[in-house]
Amino acid sequence: MAIREKYNTELKELQNKLTELGHFSIDALEKAVIALESQNVDLALKIMEEDTKANILEEEINDAAMLLIAKQQPVAIDLRRVIVAIKIATDIERIADFAVNIAKSTIRIGNEPLIKPIVHIKKMYDLNRDMLRLSIESYNEEDLDKAKRVSKMDDEVDSLYGETIKELLQINLEKPEFRSQITQLSFICRYLERSADHMTNIAEHVFYMVKGKRYDLNT
Amino acid sequence: MASVIEHISDETNRENVYKTKELNLWYGENHALKNINLDINENEVTAIIGPSGCGKSTYIKTLNRMIELIPGVKTSGEISYRGRNILDRSYKVEDLRTKVGMVFQKPNPFPKSIYENVVYGPKIHGIRDKKILDEIVEKSLKGAAIWDEVKDRLNQNAYGLSGGQQQRLCIARCLAIEPDVILMDEPTSALDPISTLKVEELVQELKQNFSIIIVTHNMQQAARISDKTAFFLSGEVIEFNLTNKIFSTPSDKRTEDYITGRFG
Repeated sequence: MAIREKYNTELKELQNKLTELGHFSIDALEKAVIALESQNVDLALKIMEEDTKANILEEEINDAAMLLIAKQQPVAIDLRRVIVAIKIATDIERIADFAVNIAKSTIRIGNEPLIKPIVHIKKMYDLNRDMLRLSIESYNEEDLDKAKRVSKMDDEVDSLYGETIKELLQINLEKPEFRSQITQLSFICRYLERSADHMTNIAEHVFYMVKGKRYDLNT
Repeated sequence: MASVIEHISDETNRENVYKTKELNLWYGENHALKNINLDINENEVTAIIGPSGCGKSTYIKTLNRMIELIPGVKTSGEISYRGRNILDRSYKVEDLRTKVGMVFQKPNPFPKSIYENVVYGPKIHGIRDKKILDEIVEKSLKGAAIWDEVKDRLNQNAYGLSGGQQQRLCIARCLAIEPDVILMDEPTSALDPISTLKVEELVQELKQNFSIIIVTHNMQQAARISDKTAFFLSGEVIEFNLTNKIFSTPSDKRTEDYITGRFG
C-alpha cells in the first residue's frame, strides 16, 4: 500500500494529458510546415479547424490540476508538479497556436511559387520538434539534463532565425515583387523562433519544479 | 466552451445500499435531522461533512440504529437498507449490525490479544473451528493493512499497539464479520498524519468490496478520499454531490463558505 497513491495516480493522468497535448502541438507544427512546403491550402485550413482540440486539452489539464489541488492538497514538490503542469500546458497550447499562424501565412501565400526552398524553416521545425519531445520528457522524468539540452537547442534556433531573416531581407531587395510572400515567410520564421522560446520556458519550469528555484534559460 | 468540471456527472450504475427518504429525527424537542433524502451507492466512499452539531454523527448512527440507545429519540421517514426499511420495528437490529460495521473516532480495541479482538465477532456468530478463525484473522488483518506489522505477535495485548495500529485493528475487527457497509465516525481524528494517510489509503482499497460512509471534520480528508460528499448544516442536507463537484464548484453558497473556511 503506497502512501498517497491516489495523488500519484491523478498526477500521472495529468502528465499523460500534458504529453498528449505535446504530441498534438508538434503534429500540428509538422503539418503546418508540410502544408507550407507543398502549398496545400486545404491542409492549412484543416490545421486551423483542429486547433480547438488543443484548447480543449489545455482546459482539461487546468481542470484536472484544479481538482488535484482541491482534493489532494499537495505541498512542496507535489504542489510544484501541479502548478508547473498548468504553466507548461499554456506554453504547449501556444505552440499549437503558432501552427495555426503558419497555416494562415500559407493560405496568404496561396499558390504563388515559393521564392526559394524552405530549408532553414524545416531545420527550425526539426529543432522545435526535438525540443518539445525533450522538454516533455524532462518534465515527466524530472530530468534536468534534458531541460538543459532544450535551452541549448534554442540557441541554434535563434541563430538560424537570424540567418534566415537576413537572407529574406536580401531577397526583398532583389525581388521586391515578392514582398508579400517574403513578409509571410519572415513571420513564419518568427513563429518558429517564438515557439522554441516556449519550449525553453518549459525547461525553466522543470528547473523550478525540481530545484524550487527560478532559472532564466532564455538569455 | 464548457469546462470538464461542469460536465462531471454520475455515470456509474451502482446500486443503492441505503435510500433515505424524508428522514426526521428529534432529540426530545430538538429537531436534529430535517427531511433528509440521501441515496448511498455501493462500492463508493460517501463522506459526510459539516460543522459541529449539524447532525452528521446523528445521521450515521441512524444507519445502524445505534441512535436508539439514546433516550427520547423520535424518528419519522424511512431508511431502507438493501430495500428494507430499517426503522421498521420488525427489522432485527442484530441482523442489521452483522451487515453494517462501525469504526469510531477513538480506537476502541478490547483489552484482549490482537487475535481475540479479531475473532470476537465471528465467535459470537458461533464459529469455533480454530482453522477457520485463523483464516479470518489473517484475511481481516491483511484487509486492514496491518497484518505485516502484527503477524508475529498476534497473542499480545492490543493495547500495546500504537493508536494508528489500534484503529486499523478495529477496522480488521469490523471486516471479520464480513460486513456489507462500513460506517466510520471520524476514524482518524485521534491519529497522527501518517497513520491518517494509512487509514485513508485503506479506505480506498476497502471500497472495492464494501460501501463506506465516513463522517469527518476534516474537509480535506473528505476531498481526498470520497466519491461523493454530503454537506450537512443545522440538521439539513445542503448539498450532496460528487466530491469533485463539491470541492471545485459547489452549487450552494453555504457549502462554498464552509469548505473555504468562512464559517464552522
